[in-house]
Amino acid sequence: MTVEKAEMRLKILYFAWVREKTGRAFEEVDVPLGIATVADLVTWLKTRGPEFELAFARSDVIRAAIDQVHAKPTAEIANAREIAFFPPVTGG
Amino acid sequence: MGVRVQTADFDLSMEVAALTTGRTDIGAIVTFTGTVRGEANGQPIALMSLEHYPGMTEAELARVEAEALARWPLSASLIVHRVGDLKPGDNIVLVVAASAHRQMAFDAAAFLMDYLKTRAPFWKKETGADSAGHWVDARDSDGEAIARWSSTG
Repeated sequence: MTVEKAEMRLKILYFAWVREKTGRAFEEVDVPLGIATVADLVTWLKTRGPEFELAFARSDVIRAAIDQVHAKPTAEIANAREIAFFPPVTGG
Repeated sequence: MGVRVQTADFDLSMEVAALTTGRTDIGAIVTFTGTVRGEANGQPIALMSLEHYPGMTEAELARVEAEALARWPLSASLIVHRVGDLKPGDNIVLVVAASAHRQMAFDAAAFLMDYLKTRAPFWKKETGADSAGHWVDARDSDGEAIARWSSTG
């Protein structure tokens, strides 16, 4: 018997000022099916509350990684376990 | 060969000795050490905090090192990056590139730093004397620095 799942469980991590603005370092979320890309996920996250709207207001600046590899906004998130959002990196 | 992320300080000569002792194939060792500047935008800073993405940081540094090894026949290489709270004057990052001849070692060390700065998931937050903290913005010049490696491939 197969059960149709309406959601996809994802671990989402936030770093630096994205973490401070969302008020959390990570969370497990059930993402509705139909959210296909990183950009779709950002659009959906922004609907989850004012802190997300604020954190992702400069979404053109925010970078993403899928399963610990840098990813573009157009990258597909199907089969991802872990997605991270963060500002441009400033190490070195 | 190797990458490390740590809160502890590093000792340049001990790190180089660990890489090169007993090796006679090496003719050139280039090292770069990045340190915390005591001011930002004309204002003194009291503290620099480095946040990172555990797991991805090590993976990304290893990918940067692998790209350098694919471009130059290095005899040895090392990246050590500190995280946590640092003070002005403290060490932040160490890059070592060793090869038979100097130009490869100079180029590989510069490449490792340029790639690390644009790829490795570290974020710096500076706290001033007034306790106000602000996140350091990425520099456009870092993107320009990485671009030169694709044109000279």
